[in-house]
Amino acid sequence: MLYREALNKAIDESMAADESVVILGEDVGRYGGSYRVSEGLFSKYGEKRVIDTPIAELSIVGNAIGMAIAGLRPIAEIMTVNFSLLAMDQIINHAAKFRYMSGGKMTIPLTIRMPGGVSRQLAAQHSENYETLYSSIPGLIVLAASNATYAYYGLKSAIFLNDPVVFLEHELLYPMEMEFKELKNFDPFKAEIVKEGKDLTIITYLKMRYDVLEAEKELRKAGIDVEIIDLNSLRPLDIETIANSIKKTKKCVIVEEDHKTGGMGAEIVAQIQEKCFYDLDAPVLRIAGEDVPIPYNRKLELLSIPTPDKIVKKILKWKAENGI
Amino acid sequence: MNSARVKKFYYLMKLGREFELAAKREYMKGNIAGFLHLDIGQEAVSVGTMQAFDKGDVFTHYREHVLAIARGMEPKHIMAELFGKKTGVSKGKGGSMHLFEPKLDFYGGDAIVAGHLPIATGCAYARKIQGENAGVFAIFGDGASNAGAFFESINIASAWKLPIIFFVENNYYAIGTHISWVSPFVELYNKAKNYMPSKRINGMDVCEVYNAVMEAKEHIENGLGPYFIEAETYRYEGHSMSDAGKYRSEEEIEIFKRRDPIENLKKKALELGIVDEKYFQEADAKVEKVVNEAVEFAASSPEPEDYELFEDVFCKECENALP
Repeated sequence: MLYREALNKAIDESMAADESVVILGEDVGRYGGSYRVSEGLFSKYGEKRVIDTPIAELSIVGNAIGMAIAGLRPIAEIMTVNFSLLAMDQIINHAAKFRYMSGGKMTIPLTIRMPGGVSRQLAAQHSENYETLYSSIPGLIVLAASNATYAYYGLKSAIFLNDPVVFLEHELLYPMEMEFKELKNFDPFKAEIVKEGKDLTIITYLKMRYDVLEAEKELRKAGIDVEIIDLNSLRPLDIETIANSIKKTKKCVIVEEDHKTGGMGAEIVAQIQEKCFYDLDAPVLRIAGEDVPIPYNRKLELLSIPTPDKIVKKILKWKAENGI
Repeated sequence: MNSARVKKFYYLMKLGREFELAAKREYMKGNIAGFLHLDIGQEAVSVGTMQAFDKGDVFTHYREHVLAIARGMEPKHIMAELFGKKTGVSKGKGGSMHLFEPKLDFYGGDAIVAGHLPIATGCAYARKIQGENAGVFAIFGDGASNAGAFFESINIASAWKLPIIFFVENNYYAIGTHISWVSPFVELYNKAKNYMPSKRINGMDVCEVYNAVMEAKEHIENGLGPYFIEAETYRYEGHSMSDAGKYRSEEEIEIFKRRDPIENLKKKALELGIVDEKYFQEADAKVEKVVNEAVEFAASSPEPEDYELFEDVFCKECENALP
């Protein structure tokens, strides 16, 4: 199943099951979605429930909050996370805070889908990872779908949760053919152990999952048995799964596409040192995006983010330096 | 002028005025903190709008105590909220600027200028597809009419013919900035007139406010799309309690005080002989009692418990997932 098909299936089935589910955003209707996620939904559910909006992100999210207050379950699509900055006031000052500042009286069942990440030569204003901006906000749930299975189950959960969810997707994943697993039990807040191993824990999420899987093949050749954790949920963070893995491996590497300074990895490291300090044999290694706006030139673009090759080299160097 | 309606207008405006004066006193005593935006002078807008728009959803800005009272919220629960008490309408977590009551379809107290307009617009969209023709009422100040969210909202509401009344209370000042310094129009209905029927009214006259909203209500209920009303009004106090209001002349304030909505309604009703003096005395006595009780209730109410700090961030299902 293609990643985008899994997302489409989740939305389609949710709309069929509950007529309060609506989708809105730029080009989501007649056009079928910029990444074809909402393809076919307009003809199936009509213009009332599949809503083509103006290019006005503040209103896309603001309107969606109003719909949620009125009893709908809106899914707002933001074309790329960069544009979500225009809606930041609505996401943070409104959606995230209404329940609390009303003493629990307001409920905002809202899902905001955002493709993001470094795609291919889209340059600085269309290549970003803003997960830390959202996952640092109390009142928001932040989910990150790296694969078709989580895309389907995670998005369905997000739609029916009674709180605002920022649902992160990665632009390079949409056309990827992926394995789809039928699940009996699903917890959207639980991290996935992608591969078990005993020597080293690698924590990752979104598209970096695939770079880590590539790197793992090389590391295996070097005799390192890696355990890979895909976070799935960035807030809440499944620190239990992380801590249990580190207890076993004593070593931890975080691989993220996000900028290093103040990135997702910074928070994860902070939680690890609070919870697992005495389990660690070496300082946690962060392999992250460089602290630069994303460049257009392909060579520079690849230099700015982790790649399988760089992941392997950095891990081997770190191991040697720490004598582990 | 209908006697029963005039009595109701008078009572609610007087209650609003005295409630705000009590809030001011309690603020000076230190019982209320933070930002406190008083509605004194603007009661005709708050009462006239809420009396006319008696069904449907209401989205307000942060100068909303009297709107909440006129919508039917209990003064004592509002005062308790101002005091930050557990018995407050938002359990002491919102304060003066955040009074929410879904039971009254009152989503008040948005303190991001113009931030509630896209939300009100989205709610109007939902009401339209749900077939609820009562629609939405969104009230905001002149300052909000300069923000991007305002223009996005009138555009969308007009494009989609949404059942929503945009009501701007033009008191001429965005804190200390006069509208003429930052807007090409002082008469703000000009901003919306290419999008929807738009009119300017005297916001110091509660009957005129009431009639204008009734007309707008009929328009949106008939599926004719949005409607825009600008009411000229004036706040006698500063923007909030932390504003001494030095940017306005005494003369200007006096001009508007002569148009006081409460005194003028009373005078007119007595002249026309539709309400007698006795009613006003009784109403004033009742107002005094209700306001005193509200202050006593707020003062004697308990503080929130420490554990409440962590409640209401998420719904139970999500809260259980947190570490």
